[in-house]
Amino acid sequence: MRIPFVYNVRSVAQRPLSTAMTALGVGIVVAVFVAMLALANGFSAALASTGSPDNALVLRRGANSEMVSGISRDDAKIIEASPYVATGGDGQPLASPEVYVAVNLHRLGDSASEANVVVRGVSDAAFQVRRNVKITAGRRFASGAAEVIVGDKLVGRIAHTAVGDTMHFGGRDWLVAGHFSAGGSSFESEIWGENEQFMPVFRGQVFQVVAFRLKDPAAFDAAKRSFDADQRLTVDVYRENEFYDSQSELLTRILRFLAVMITGIMAVGAVFGAVNTMYAAVAARLPEIGVLLTLGFKPRHVLASFLAESAAIALVGGLVGCLFALPINGIVTSTTNWNSFTEVAFAFRVTPGLLAAGLIFGVVLGVLGGFFPARRAARMPVVQAIR
Amino acid sequence: MKFLPLVLANLGRHKLRSALTVLSVALALFLFASLRSVVTTLDASAQFGSATRMVVQNATGIVFPLPLSYASRLQATPGVEAVTWANWFGGQYGDGKRFFANFAVDPASYLAMYPEIAVPADQRAAFLQDRSSALIGSQLTRIFGWKLGQDVTLRGTIFPGDWTFTVRGIYTTTAKSIGEDALMFHYDYLDERTQHRVQPGWFVLRIADASQAPAVARRIDDDFRNSSAATKTGTEQAFQAGFVTMWGNVQFLMNSIGMAVVFAILLVTGNAMMMAARERTAEVGVLKTVGFADRTLFTLVIVEAGAIALAGAALGLGAATGLYGNGRFTFGGFLQGFRVTGATQVLGVGLAVLLAVASGIVPALRAARLPVVQALRKVE
Repeated sequence: MRIPFVYNVRSVAQRPLSTAMTALGVGIVVAVFVAMLALANGFSAALASTGSPDNALVLRRGANSEMVSGISRDDAKIIEASPYVATGGDGQPLASPEVYVAVNLHRLGDSASEANVVVRGVSDAAFQVRRNVKITAGRRFASGAAEVIVGDKLVGRIAHTAVGDTMHFGGRDWLVAGHFSAGGSSFESEIWGENEQFMPVFRGQVFQVVAFRLKDPAAFDAAKRSFDADQRLTVDVYRENEFYDSQSELLTRILRFLAVMITGIMAVGAVFGAVNTMYAAVAARLPEIGVLLTLGFKPRHVLASFLAESAAIALVGGLVGCLFALPINGIVTSTTNWNSFTEVAFAFRVTPGLLAAGLIFGVVLGVLGGFFPARRAARMPVVQAIR
Repeated sequence: MKFLPLVLANLGRHKLRSALTVLSVALALFLFASLRSVVTTLDASAQFGSATRMVVQNATGIVFPLPLSYASRLQATPGVEAVTWANWFGGQYGDGKRFFANFAVDPASYLAMYPEIAVPADQRAAFLQDRSSALIGSQLTRIFGWKLGQDVTLRGTIFPGDWTFTVRGIYTTTAKSIGEDALMFHYDYLDERTQHRVQPGWFVLRIADASQAPAVARRIDDDFRNSSAATKTGTEQAFQAGFVTMWGNVQFLMNSIGMAVVFAILLVTGNAMMMAARERTAEVGVLKTVGFADRTLFTLVIVEAGAIALAGAALGLGAATGLYGNGRFTFGGFLQGFRVTGATQVLGVGLAVLLAVASGIVPALRAARLPVVQALRKVE
């Protein structure tokens, strides 16, 4: 027969302060665990969601970021004419040859500090290729005009980004026509304008990438083979989402490693705390354990009871930790995409899965911390315990 | 001092508990020292660079080059003593997982600009003479196993294709802004092998008088404002600091985690101290009866907490200092010179003292204020 759980609840109530401190200790470890993984997830999600599996991205062969790529006008024409490129209602290819540069812009409220912001020149078709891009304020830039639209995550971080403001970069003034969102992706950290407007002011007659919608997303491999085989082109073709995912790989790996290392060390400390508390609990309740054993409860019941108590304390701690970590969801921070040396703003992402992982992590700490004390309680000779 | 045996005896009563508490303090301070060292290392790298060297970049952004013709105009600017230029190459070696700096330099003027780069005279001559040669930092010999005279092939990301260089020199340097894990090769070789014209990514100047840096920067930037490429001129220090800020708000992140760690451990030690005190209620009564003053009892508890915290601090800080001391932890080259500074150690010890007081204060006060009668009631 199991020892009723109410016995544990009442025992815990006898030492509220000590229990609360143990639970809180576990809670803080869980909070740091969740918060750090939320940071890594947020960064990885911002880049991963930038691309769509329905799109392909063409870069110069060997280029590991859009920044260092280059595609000539002639090559862009060849790519657009490929049978693997989808066409729009008007029969035009759904392809966007793009200019991609990074410019120094002043941060808002701090004229001494500058950010490397991506400026992307796109074609008219870009909004059909990148379907997650939505105008949230103002309007699109007008073709042929010195106008730009600004990603939502730059608004409020970079100077002169309000609709109607004038930005100055590349030796010219640009009217901010509108703001846009892109499903939380890294496009929201970019400034978009027309490719033909950006080309003369930045790098001359060369595009950096061509993004296009695949006529048949399943036929990506065939499309890649056809571009690789084309003697006129020296390009690499990527599925768009895979390309952006790979851009986040290194930093995400560093962040995950840090999260595991830091919380791992913290966790050991918290387990030590739980061990102390549970040993003290066992020592204080020796006569009770003796009574339980005399009443006919088996040692394994005692073991289970103390383990459950420790796990329950840790679970409460885990819940508190998750509550601590929850408010950071959505907080925007920024770092650099080291492949292109450009700033990426992203939001912490606390997902239900992450919270569940945090709770499990907490319970595991409790079970680890409770095991040796519980085993000691279970192995206690009845006579000695009752004395 | 005469009570030291009493404190030690008390600590030895629950050996496991004392050991676990010391270990958790040690872990906390180890973590604290590691996190803090990330911040101090980044701060220190923002301070690298000489006050008499300045960097001229394209004002539009770091990826835009400047015309080589600027070199002579910069040289002619009042206050400027010497000019050199370089271009980021961004090549990868092997699987490309280990990042290292590699750039094309104008060899003679670059080495003259950076007297901190030490190369044996014969290797220096060989590097200057062979156009397809490379000068590598001593760390690269360890990281990639490169040797003098070996041909190494980098895969170009900005400049396509395979690029083979012969290692003609191995340098060591005290200049942390350069680091000992960089590869340099001839700018002319890059220009020659590239179809379109290569332009310098940045210029480095030496100025006669460090106090004139702002004036020189203004003069240069005003001069080029209406040229084909406007310039942004700053000290080498500001150039380094610019890269450090690109990481984002690392300082805040590290400090908040550090605070969480310390607070979590405060709970663990505080708990241990309270448990210890609770078990000894009866003893406190006996001690009071035999004439121990309230103040002495208060001190005894605080000293016990202090012994735990300081033992933990010595372990944790010692481990961190020893582990990072050999300079091998550079986090894939991102944190050059990662080490625990003296200031971090002092701060760590300060935290340990604070931890001792915070965890010991409640049990200590309780022991001091406990009425003798109530305490003795527990003695059988």
